[in-house]
Amino acid sequence: MSPFKISWKNIWSKPLNAALNILLIAFGTGILTVLLLASTQIEDKLAKNSKDIDLVVGAKGSPLQLILSSIYYIDFPTGNIPMNEAKKLMRNPFVKRAVPLALGDNYNGVRIVGTDSNYISLYGLKIQSGNFWKADLEATIGANVAKEQNLKVGDTFFGGHGLTEMKDEHKDHAYKVVGILEPQQNVTDNLILTAIGSVWKMHGDEGEAHEEGHDHAAEADHSHDEDREFTSLLIQYRSPMAVAMFPQMVNQTTNMQAASPAQESTRLFSLIGVGVDTLQWFAVLIMLIAAISVFVNLYNSLKERSYDLAIMRTLGASKGKLFSLIILEGLILTLIGTVIGIALGHGILQLISSYQESSQAKMNGLIFIKEEFYLLAAGLAIGIIAAIIPAVQAYRSNISKILAKN
Amino acid sequence: MISIQSVSHRYTSGHELQFADWQVNNGEQWLLLGQSGSGKTTLLHILTGLLTPTNGKVKIGDTDLYSLSAKKLDAFRGQQIGIVFQKPHLIKSLNITENLLLAQSFAGLPNNKKRVEEVLDSLNMLPKKNAYPQELSQGQLQRVTIARAVINKPTLLIADEPTSSLDDHNAEAVLALLKEQSTLNQATLVVATHDKRVKDAFTLTYTLS
Repeated sequence: MSPFKISWKNIWSKPLNAALNILLIAFGTGILTVLLLASTQIEDKLAKNSKDIDLVVGAKGSPLQLILSSIYYIDFPTGNIPMNEAKKLMRNPFVKRAVPLALGDNYNGVRIVGTDSNYISLYGLKIQSGNFWKADLEATIGANVAKEQNLKVGDTFFGGHGLTEMKDEHKDHAYKVVGILEPQQNVTDNLILTAIGSVWKMHGDEGEAHEEGHDHAAEADHSHDEDREFTSLLIQYRSPMAVAMFPQMVNQTTNMQAASPAQESTRLFSLIGVGVDTLQWFAVLIMLIAAISVFVNLYNSLKERSYDLAIMRTLGASKGKLFSLIILEGLILTLIGTVIGIALGHGILQLISSYQESSQAKMNGLIFIKEEFYLLAAGLAIGIIAAIIPAVQAYRSNISKILAKN
Repeated sequence: MISIQSVSHRYTSGHELQFADWQVNNGEQWLLLGQSGSGKTTLLHILTGLLTPTNGKVKIGDTDLYSLSAKKLDAFRGQQIGIVFQKPHLIKSLNITENLLLAQSFAGLPNNKKRVEEVLDSLNMLPKKNAYPQELSQGQLQRVTIARAVINKPTLLIADEPTSSLDDHNAEAVLALLKEQSTLNQATLVVATHDKRVKDAFTLTYTLS
């Protein structure tokens, strides 16, 4: 009879008590796991997607919105910027690389991004099959898009106006899939990339033209550089010196705004952080209640078991043995609870991700991180702490008195 | 086997109990007689190393009980002394076999299922080896606690009021079992009781006044 078996059997002699304790611990650990996984994954995604981008220039408005729309493809763009002005910035000596973006269309909720070949080197994109886009209306699609939308090289599709719904389809121009990207583990997995000219063509060179009901094809033919617009520019600096000078220059001397992904991500995270903190405290509270419940359970059962324990002593068990039996019970309860909780957390995250609409912020419940070991350790610590008082009591109990009473 | 010399115990209330010196030889079967409150249980606890006497010396075999460290004393008790209590008490979460294995484990001995079955068989309890304590009757439980007391072949078998909650028939049976088991396992037997039905079964008697 190993001590583990003795403790194990005793725990399950009261299945409801044991289940309640395990449930509480699993619940607390589950919430903590979800928070831990979600925040790590979001942070990771934020960092990965803005890795090589120092600055985003776009129309005036909320800088956070500009970052969200141009780097994470979540929010709506702040507006458009004139191509001529943008071109001036792209030639600025501080700028090493500038990538123009033209947003505004989608295919079944997947954003269509008009850009040029600089985008490929900025994100280090690789082709899985086919080619990168070259001519207008050629599209290279992200790996997830190919899978989820069932698109192959050679397929054609119509873009819809707007960023989320397929309300007004641009029936006049069909895109042709010319290539599929290798999975990149960033936003580009969920994008359709095409030449800027395609987006201009769709909108007859200008967004307004579409709303006014002009004929796209006719418009596109007599377009002029002065009318053309980008949505934003992704900029890589040539030297660190630019950090101090360039954004200020953009904000003060042009009609555009510059936003730093690093700064805005930090700001965004501090906003989300409040909610995360609240939930975290909530989970810690549940864990605390769980610890108390384990304590009460062990303490109460100790009263009923005092005779059992005394008998064990008469059978030759030392005081230390009884101490370790009680501690072991606390440990078993919390260990099971924590393991179930961690599994639960992964399951919940996987469930959430399967309901997630926005493919850009999609989370994965199957990724394990080393911080989860801290959760496990915390669970075990709670087990020991909750069991320590009952264990000390068992250690100290006067068996002669207990036996004499009965 | 047992030797107590000028042993006395002072209760927390201040009341002091003096025990007459006592010498028990190997293999003898003794009756420890006394009214309730006369200190029978106290003396049994002192004999089994559960209660340190205020004064005096207690020897079991060649071992001076209270010169042992706490841990060694527990191990000694587990291996050398078998105890049967008035109320048969088994660990409810374990079945009969496991309860007996538990006694082997706690005594620091390897688990020996053959020995468990042998003892259960000698007490006619083998068919119940996988039953849980709540499935057994009082009489059956008492048999199992006797089995548990002799499982490690102790040199000393002590029973505290083993018959007081039993009817005549069962009391007689239990007493016979205790004597039989102590002979079978070559253990010295001490039965503490105030039960008059038991008296005639023993020739050696230590009386507490």
